[in-house]
Amino acid sequence: MSTTVTPPPKKVNRIGLEVLNYKGSKTTLCAGCGHNSISERVVEAFYELGVEPWKVAKFSGIGCSSKSPAYFLGQSHGFNSVHGRMPSVATGAMLANRNLIGLGVTGDGDTASIGIGQFMHMVRRNVPLIYIIEDNGVYGLTKGQFSATADVGSTLKTGAANELPPFDCCALALKWGATFVARSFSGDKKQLQILLKAAIAHKGLAVIDVISPCVTFNDHDGSTKSYAYVKDHEEALHELDFVPFYEEISVEIPEGQVRDVELHDGSHLRIRKVGRDFDPTDRLAALSALEEAEAKGEVLTGVLYLNTSKPTFLELLNMVEEPLATLPESRVRPPAAALHEVMEELR
Amino acid sequence: MSTLEVSPLESSSGRPGEPVINDFSIQVATVNGSGSQTANSVLLRALFQMGIPVSGKNMFPSNIAGLPTWFTIRASKDGYIARRKEIDFLVAMNPETAREDVLKLDSGAAVVYDEPLGLKELRSDVHFYPVPFDKLVAPVCPDAKLRKLVRNMIYDGVVAWLLSIEMPEVRKALVKQFGKRKAKAAELNWGAAQAGFDWAARTLTKTDPYIAERMNATAGKVIIDGNSACALGAMFAGVTVVTWYPITPSSSLVESLMGYMKRFRHDPETGKATYAIVQAEDELASIGMALSAGWAGARAMTSTSGPGISLMSEFIGLGYYAELPAVIFDVERVGPSTGLPTRTAQGDLLKNAILSHGDTRHPMLFPSSPGECFSMTGEAFDLAEKFQTPVFVMTDLDLGMNNWMADPFPYPERPIERGKVLTAEDLNRLGGFARYEDVDGDGVGYRTLPGTNHPGAAYFTRGSGHNQKAQYTEREDDYVNNVDRLADKFETIRKHVPRPVVELNPKATIGLVAAGSSDYAVRESADQLRREYDTETSYLRLRAYPFTQELTDFIRRHEKVYVVDQNRDGQLVALMRLEFEAELIARLCSVRYYGGLPLDARTVTDEVVRQEGL
Ligand SMILES: Cc1ncc(C[n+]2csc(CCOP(=O)(O)OP(=O)(O)O)c2C)c(N)n1
Ligand code: SF4
Ligand SMILES: [Mg+2]
Repeated sequence: MSTTVTPPPKKVNRIGLEVLNYKGSKTTLCAGCGHNSISERVVEAFYELGVEPWKVAKFSGIGCSSKSPAYFLGQSHGFNSVHGRMPSVATGAMLANRNLIGLGVTGDGDTASIGIGQFMHMVRRNVPLIYIIEDNGVYGLTKGQFSATADVGSTLKTGAANELPPFDCCALALKWGATFVARSFSGDKKQLQILLKAAIAHKGLAVIDVISPCVTFNDHDGSTKSYAYVKDHEEALHELDFVPFYEEISVEIPEGQVRDVELHDGSHLRIRKVGRDFDPTDRLAALSALEEAEAKGEVLTGVLYLNTSKPTFLELLNMVEEPLATLPESRVRPPAAALHEVMEELR
Repeated sequence: MSTLEVSPLESSSGRPGEPVINDFSIQVATVNGSGSQTANSVLLRALFQMGIPVSGKNMFPSNIAGLPTWFTIRASKDGYIARRKEIDFLVAMNPETAREDVLKLDSGAAVVYDEPLGLKELRSDVHFYPVPFDKLVAPVCPDAKLRKLVRNMIYDGVVAWLLSIEMPEVRKALVKQFGKRKAKAAELNWGAAQAGFDWAARTLTKTDPYIAERMNATAGKVIIDGNSACALGAMFAGVTVVTWYPITPSSSLVESLMGYMKRFRHDPETGKATYAIVQAEDELASIGMALSAGWAGARAMTSTSGPGISLMSEFIGLGYYAELPAVIFDVERVGPSTGLPTRTAQGDLLKNAILSHGDTRHPMLFPSSPGECFSMTGEAFDLAEKFQTPVFVMTDLDLGMNNWMADPFPYPERPIERGKVLTAEDLNRLGGFARYEDVDGDGVGYRTLPGTNHPGAAYFTRGSGHNQKAQYTEREDDYVNNVDRLADKFETIRKHVPRPVVELNPKATIGLVAAGSSDYAVRESADQLRREYDTETSYLRLRAYPFTQELTDFIRRHEKVYVVDQNRDGQLVALMRLEFEAELIARLCSVRYYGGLPLDARTVTDEVVRQEGL
């Protein structure tokens, strides 16, 4: 199922759409904010894969990060909801229409503080959804308070140091049921783009925690979520390559060096070893890698965990194939005989 | 059948020596978890099957086992099915409360009790029937472990003999209660009921005046609780997404819905469900899921009680501003936390009307019977989708969890109304749309569903800061225009909510107004006022908020209007005071009951009498 695109006057993707069709309104976030780079990667990933934007539904909570869905995929429905409760919003919409491609964007405050409960329950349910945490260690929109992902010892601009241990959203997601868990850095264009594409191809919950520096409140010396710190301490687990389902797999996979994982839609994720040998299907290995990295102050990036066989929440509900939202009356209102039967029992 | 020897002892309800037929209340006092529910339901059903109007009220504690519980059955030839304060016939099975229960009785009442409790000495003006339950249960129930449960059926037999309840009807009720699959248990219990009956016939001499006599006032009727009726209403309204978090007294609504949906809402060929029911992690999540499912086009609902509503508050405000349809069942109970969670109240009226922050207003429907629970649930779904807004169905523990007589529900006549939703074809024809534009002059915009196969279908949903095209704005005029349109929309809703039931009495200068489960007590109170105080009243039963012109007219027609509230501060009357001009407000009087029990007529009557100086 491969499509060859003859060079048109304007550059379009495999379904004939220009990149403009994947853009949103102009960003109102600060220049240099990591969240803006993530928005750009989202545009690229969906454009390059040729996803029909109107099949996507965007969800977010409240925060600078949660504003960003307005700045990409303008032809997708979007729902900027309430603080910390985007997981329930995404879940509800996916229940109504299981054919949607769900894309959630949230912040570290949104997810790891007010929303930690909903986050964990979404994880536990393995709701089919791409869930991007734009993680800057602070509350950007309320002007720079610590979030629950701030590292011990990391300081605010005022010099105040955080003394409480951080929540590692990847570790939480790994432990309790997400089927795709990754960490990345807003400054790592290539890796983030591939991770997004792989998440689109994945069927269950894909949690991507993206370190996304807040240039206004958390980019100074002493912060462990600054551009400089992350650049210095990023440890990529592997090099990634993505082969979409509509392209022939041409190159032989070299033994031992590269793992090839077939994703739900037939795309392939190629995971090339750099340094250590890391098996992303091994949950325990991923958890201990995260522990070690934290101890060393490293930011471990790449695919931490992938499980392509676990059923999603929607599958467990044994629903009809079609979206519930548009089932006709004849299928959702039982006949008069059914009511009669119940009434007879109650006589 | 028993031969009746009516004693000269004075009774409260009849003249000495005269039997009181089909007009009494039975109270069974037991311990929570002792399995008396079945025995009580059997008594209720047996009376019902004899054609006598009945109601059953379960007064239970917030506890799984051990605390006292009372079940009251009222039989009324006149069809009064509100709670009656006075107990005529007590079955005292709970040693903890027996003394107090007996001392509270009016003179002339009857008491069936467990012999060892020795209640006879307490007073001489009631009829005592001591029963040796332990002695009677042993021979009919060899398994000692089951005796605690089976014992209850013995009082059914004794009461049946004393009240002349027909034993074949007891048997029929029992078989129905246990169902075909539990035939053995039914037989065991039937044995116990018979043993009680036979023993009573052999041993007792009836001295009280209360008698059940076959009549024909329940033919064709069903017995159902309001929660099950709402559940059926939702299923036949075509609900597709149901989210909830367990809380008394609303849990049984979704639990019975699960049962019905399993039977009637799976594709016959594939066995797949045409719905999703999700037990959420809390009410913050259940409302988020429901509103978003509504946003994405499902017929969505959630069900809760006051504490859950409090948690839902922010989201429901968003639902109002972002214009998201969902039906929210609020089965009201008394206050927060451990604030009498198993007792009834109508205490969420004021809060729900304006729930959340900012300028919010929400429609509420007030069913007063299982029939209306069924039909108004359907209306609630249509209203929610037609007006793209959260809609409350307000019931309470009394209506939701107690058993009520009802006419069988008629199958919904009208097709489901799904409101203004544009499809891809519509968009092709129109060339575009502005989500929040008031195209039709009714305050209601057109929406599209996510996943609509059209590049122009998308819009961005957010809270209060949006213009007609759903673009972000913080401009003063955009905000004001939008909330003014929402106010217009609320006026349109006012024209479409269920109208009140108005019963004008040309002779009356005073009117009574009530909503929901208060209906029965208020109607009975009107009869008491006429009979005992020669005072005529008109009656208006509200069926929805926002209020409609009928209410204004009603208040205008009467010098005084008594608004009946099941809460301390008069929330229903307060809502009226928010809307009406001073001249009408001056006519409003408030009758309030907030003790946690189902409202009774005497409470209403006494208060009206006091305020009227009758
Ligand atoms: C219920 C509620 N409480 C508090 C707020 C205020 N608030 C808005 S955004 C935010 C924190 C956002 O932080 P984060 O999710 O990390 O997003 P960022 O701005 O850093 O991208 C808070 C506390 C709110 N909107 N709602
Ligand atoms: S405050 Fe921080 S998080 Fe918010 S837009 Fe500016 S840089 Fe980004
Ligand atoms: Mg943040």
